[in-house]
Amino acid sequence: MKIGYYPGCSLLGSSREFDESVRALAQALGLELVEVPDWSCCGASSAHVLDHRLALALPARILAQAEAAGLTEILAPCAACYNRLATARDTLEKDPALARDIEAVIGQPVTGNVRIVNVLEVLDRFRDVIPGRIAKPFAHKVACYYGCLLVRPAKVLKFDRPEDPRSMDRLMAAAGAEPREWNFKTECCGAAFSVTRTDLVAKMSGKIVADAVRHGAEAIIVACPMCQSNLDMRRPEINARLGAEHTIPVLFITQALGLAMGIDATKLGLQRHMVPAVMTPAAV
Amino acid sequence: MSRIGVFTCHCGENIGATVDCAKVAERTRNVPGVVHSVDYKYMCSDPGQSMIKEAIKEHGLTGVVVAACSPRMHEPTFRNAVEEAGLNPYLCEMANLREHCSWVHEKNDATTDKAADLIRVMVEKVKHNTPLHPIRVPVTKRALVLGGGIAGIQAALDIANAGHKVVLVEKSPSIGGHMSQLSETFPTLDCSQCILTPRMVEAARHPNITLMTYAELEKLEGFIGNFKATIRRKARQVDEKLCTGCGLCITKCPNKKIPDEFNEGLGKRSAIYVPFPQAVPNKPVIDKTNCTFYKSGKCKVCEKMCPTGAIRFDQQDELVTLDVGAIVLATGFKVMRTDKFPEYGYGKYADVIDGLQFERLASASGPTLGVMKRPSDGKEPETVVFVACSGSRDRAKGVPYCSKICCMYTAKHAMLYKHKMHHGKAYVFYMDIRSGGKDYDEFVRRAIEEDDVKYIRGRVSRIYEEDGQLIVKGADTLMGGEPVEIKADMVVLATAVQAQDGSEELAQKLHVSYDPYHFFAESHPKLKPVETNTAGIYLAGACQAPRDIPETVAQASGAAAKVAALFSRDELTREPVVAVVNRLPAPTFSYCVGCFLCQSACPYQAIEAEEIRGRDGTLIKTLAKVNAGLCQGCGTCVSTCRTKAIDIQGFSNEQIFAELMTL
Repeated sequence: MKIGYYPGCSLLGSSREFDESVRALAQALGLELVEVPDWSCCGASSAHVLDHRLALALPARILAQAEAAGLTEILAPCAACYNRLATARDTLEKDPALARDIEAVIGQPVTGNVRIVNVLEVLDRFRDVIPGRIAKPFAHKVACYYGCLLVRPAKVLKFDRPEDPRSMDRLMAAAGAEPREWNFKTECCGAAFSVTRTDLVAKMSGKIVADAVRHGAEAIIVACPMCQSNLDMRRPEINARLGAEHTIPVLFITQALGLAMGIDATKLGLQRHMVPAVMTPAAV
Repeated sequence: MSRIGVFTCHCGENIGATVDCAKVAERTRNVPGVVHSVDYKYMCSDPGQSMIKEAIKEHGLTGVVVAACSPRMHEPTFRNAVEEAGLNPYLCEMANLREHCSWVHEKNDATTDKAADLIRVMVEKVKHNTPLHPIRVPVTKRALVLGGGIAGIQAALDIANAGHKVVLVEKSPSIGGHMSQLSETFPTLDCSQCILTPRMVEAARHPNITLMTYAELEKLEGFIGNFKATIRRKARQVDEKLCTGCGLCITKCPNKKIPDEFNEGLGKRSAIYVPFPQAVPNKPVIDKTNCTFYKSGKCKVCEKMCPTGAIRFDQQDELVTLDVGAIVLATGFKVMRTDKFPEYGYGKYADVIDGLQFERLASASGPTLGVMKRPSDGKEPETVVFVACSGSRDRAKGVPYCSKICCMYTAKHAMLYKHKMHHGKAYVFYMDIRSGGKDYDEFVRRAIEEDDVKYIRGRVSRIYEEDGQLIVKGADTLMGGEPVEIKADMVVLATAVQAQDGSEELAQKLHVSYDPYHFFAESHPKLKPVETNTAGIYLAGACQAPRDIPETVAQASGAAAKVAALFSRDELTREPVVAVVNRLPAPTFSYCVGCFLCQSACPYQAIEAEEIRGRDGTLIKTLAKVNAGLCQGCGTCVSTCRTKAIDIQGFSNEQIFAELMTL
């Protein structure tokens, strides 16, 4: 099986372990990742607050590149990339005049014939395969944290339930984990304010970490590099604000599944986390 | 040879100021077949009508065209006048010069031309008119009321007091409906059961009312004045005649852990039960899905205990057929449940309840005997948040309409809570306060000003649990959209009022229209609010739209008045504008070939099969036949008929084509 792959900037920088674990898992599941040729930035959280056309042109170029390469589906592991690509595709589909305008900006045709999928959607296709591949069950209580970008806007993404998503919980249960019911599955972590308003992010991410711990989770499972870095890298600020010593690790779903499938922790980039992921599978 | 008289009306300035009526009358004189044409200022006045009557006699008219307003206004006036002059009233037609011409066009020659054309068209139609006679149908003077809530009870009592027989059918074991579940009522705070139960008892004892509880409509056939209803009386497993209502079976029933419907799941009941102490009739039913005997084949404790031997484990459902002349639909509403709110926890928090559940918590007959205790742990809630418009006016929930009663009952709930727990804090999140009605706004002000209920204008975005408390997150839009976070012990959602389950199926059974939200549709939103589009079927209460008690009672009495008026006559007369299948001499009998496409097209089930048999009884041909009592004259069958065998009387193909050909 082949699928287009758009890593995006985060997966080359602060969240290399997401890229490493996606690739490791894809290899183990027999999924060939075809990188979009000469891909560029999706505009992330900056472009759409500055310029509407720029916010469409940046992802439109990626869509055009993928179409030119004959790809029909792109896996975008980063939730922000996924959201920007899918939103741009939807906007251009609904407004042909705007689509022609954007085509003129990027100097390339965009037909909209590429579907954008997130990592949970792709893994869900292997739901019948995964249980048979579990080598060391991930026998921990987990809080599955989806963040805001994977499920919203629901009308555009049409993925899972916007207020109470379930797909990650199902995957983790298949890996032998015990997903906990908790409050903040889709609450905002503070996102890109991590740099400019670290205090705000510490407050918002702090509530998420505290609620996960309160509901008995031993690990927080995520599918977004922004969420991961805020909950992980900002842990000192979070703990300072909460006056607590939370050591709960924050793992990408691909890392957690990879561990359960017996892939080497280093190959999954587990050593790159700030809060040590000292969870040897089936150790409990 | 036709001798048509045409009478052109000025309608004061309504027509006269735009159309040159004298010229129209003049030009009409030249239309072939017209022997008399005049214009006059007010044709509908007495002198105007006299002109028509005299002209009929003087000129020996065979048909009349009155060129005036819409036939919806004055057709009966002119047809009566024509009839008084000895002509069949259906030989009089109206050309609509007002709504179809003068009101919608400028004053100019073209407008006058159009008026003359409209008259010419009608003259051609009248040439093909035939004398018709009203259809007479007998009336069965017995009403069927479906639904035993306050709407059904009120309608049944009013019809019964007018001297007519009523059958009141209720699907649950007792009459009373939602009103019997309420604690107090707005805007007076009087006890709901105290004002309802006398009516329930009156309905049960009334010599003209037959109660059928634990029963549902299975099938309906027939038409106004002549319905045939089949009612399924569900097996109670109790012989109602022998049962004295002593309640011993209920006390002894070993299975007492069943969520209680009457208490909205907040209490428990036994497998053999009456829904509430004042139930009418006070005869228990066995809940077969939960009864130990029906599950395991063992128990029968109730049977052993019953002093009169009234328990019947072998009792079966019974089908009863009733002849009734009119039907009142009063099947009520349901409220949206808390599990429809993902943002408020998908119903997983026990202390997030809906309005009906709060009624039971506040009621002296409820599971807590009226003491404020929250469902999860029985703790007295120190802080309660009420969320108005939960689901209502929310397209995402499929409910764009206002549920109407929530503003008032939320104010009532907050007051009841404050009256029971003086030191408690009550917050209400609202979008708007809609308190139109006698003494209604004063009631809401009282909640805010005297009972210190904190009203916050804004929506609640999230509710989640933290350390045994519910965190209610919202915004105060009067404080510049400032985020509000309240730690509450209990949250009451004023959830949307929705059509009762099964409304769509019931409407289809009765051939009554319904709106996109499955509320039954009235015949006219202003002038026929209690009638349905099906003659003889009337509406009462919240089955039509969200309603409070006073409105429901008023509408129920209105429906009852309609039924009483219908029953005041022994026979009904109906306009003869109905479809007829043409009949010819043998051996053709009719153009109808018996394909019965018309039968599947007819929205009123008015097409029947008629067999033509020879002298020896052999079947020669099967024809379609229209039941004139059911036919509403819509003409769908006419357009469906492949052999042009069906026509509408008064609107035949011949008449319509004559109108078109003259243009």
